[in-house]
Amino acid sequence: MKQLIQILEGLGSTLQLLMRAASYAGTLPRQIGRFVEQCYTIGYTTLPIVAILSFFIGSVLALQSGHAAENFGPKQFIGLLVGLSMAAELGPVMVAVLLAGRVGSAIAAELASMKVYQEIDALETMNIPPARILVLPRLAAILVMMPVLTIIADLVGWFGGAIVAKYTHFISIEPESYFATMRQYMEFRDVWNGLVKAEVFGFVIVLVSCNIGLNTRGGPREIGASVTRAVVVSLILILVLDYFVTKALM
Amino acid sequence: MAEAPSTTRNPFTHVETPAVGVAVEDLCKSFGTFEVLKHVSFSVAPGEIFVLMGPSGSGKSVLLKHIVGLELPSSGRVTVDNRDAAAEETREQVRMALVFQAGALFNSMTVYDNLALYPREHRIADEAGIREKVMRALQILSLENAAEKFPSELSGGMKKRVAIARALVMEPQLMLYDEPTSELDPVMSATIAEIIATLKDQYRVTTIVVSHDRDLALNISDRVGILMGGELLFLGTPAELRTPTDPRVADFLNPKIDLQNPRFKKLET
Repeated sequence: MKQLIQILEGLGSTLQLLMRAASYAGTLPRQIGRFVEQCYTIGYTTLPIVAILSFFIGSVLALQSGHAAENFGPKQFIGLLVGLSMAAELGPVMVAVLLAGRVGSAIAAELASMKVYQEIDALETMNIPPARILVLPRLAAILVMMPVLTIIADLVGWFGGAIVAKYTHFISIEPESYFATMRQYMEFRDVWNGLVKAEVFGFVIVLVSCNIGLNTRGGPREIGASVTRAVVVSLILILVLDYFVTKALM
Repeated sequence: MAEAPSTTRNPFTHVETPAVGVAVEDLCKSFGTFEVLKHVSFSVAPGEIFVLMGPSGSGKSVLLKHIVGLELPSSGRVTVDNRDAAAEETREQVRMALVFQAGALFNSMTVYDNLALYPREHRIADEAGIREKVMRALQILSLENAAEKFPSELSGGMKKRVAIARALVMEPQLMLYDEPTSELDPVMSATIAEIIATLKDQYRVTTIVVSHDRDLALNISDRVGILMGGELLFLGTPAELRTPTDPRVADFLNPKIDLQNPRFKKLET
């Protein structure tokens, strides 16, 4: 019962924070500096790890499907398999999991320490709403950067699969053939749906992490607890939302 | 009580505006079952400097947070300039600045940007005007050379002075200080006390200081309140404070070290 109340309280405070941040949307043009800084932090600094992971996920997908296709099934469909898997599921989910661990934890840690060391109280006494200068630029940045990161993850994953498909001796498919099945059978909607999912995941990760950070009470130990909670809650929400968003988009 | 001036002088424009008063009426605050403040009542006249003393954990900082609207009363009322301190509009209508115990400086910003944040966010002036205001505030606190430093590069005393300068940039009608001399050496404590008194004398800003520094209270205050265990045990002038009638207040102000019967053995666990 106590946990249920905590969950409902968390949901309520998260929605309140969203409403407050949305009410300051008009101030975004004059916060362009903060927005660009967050785009850099969320997007640019996450890019290398997204590229490395998606390259190897695409490679493993090609390797596994190539190995399975040795015994049954036509190998030229490996391109389609890698393409669909990356665009519809693995691209958005993998980027979201990475962001939860890297960006969600950083946001929770920064805002929690600002709360614990009374910087948030200082903002409030200055009549500067934290939702305006700390939450809104981050939410705007994730909405812009999440599709970019997901498209890059998709492309690099496809490329990794193509390299493995060509140079693995038991697959040996030329890139032309690999990409031909992708072009032939994949639709724009497959990529689009993946981008919609990624937007939802990214937005939720940032919102939840901001809320957990801003509601931290106590000392340094609670900062660590908030970081852990932000990552765990984000991961759970990614997987739960994945099901519902996928179903809604079908 | 000292004759209270009725106007506050803006440190930058020198414009005179009516000074604000504070009233705490039958204030109670509980966290769960723990009563932090018990029916506390007092008022601070416009332009007055009021020092609230008390031992650690007596509820002084919680009381201060009620005045700036960071905490809501369990019962009772706090008004600033006859407006409810808990209402968000009050912070828009009355300029209140709180100097936090640890400074609460924004660690990711330079000293200059810490001071410039308020005028930038409230679009009080253009960047040249903000620069002039920030440099003037730093000059008042003798901090001109610290403008480009980060808070992590400052000493404890400098952090407190930067926090006061940041509060000053807000052109406050009400200045609140939370333990401004804690963790400082005696000379720096005296310096901070001099700064508080000078700002009050020059700009006649209504000032409330929370502290357990007896010298500060006796030397710079118009009136003093002593809060112990959530109750206001003393309210009077510094002269009256020198001859307290309540033995608990007397013990707090002049504690004798008693090795035969040490206090810590009498503390509740």
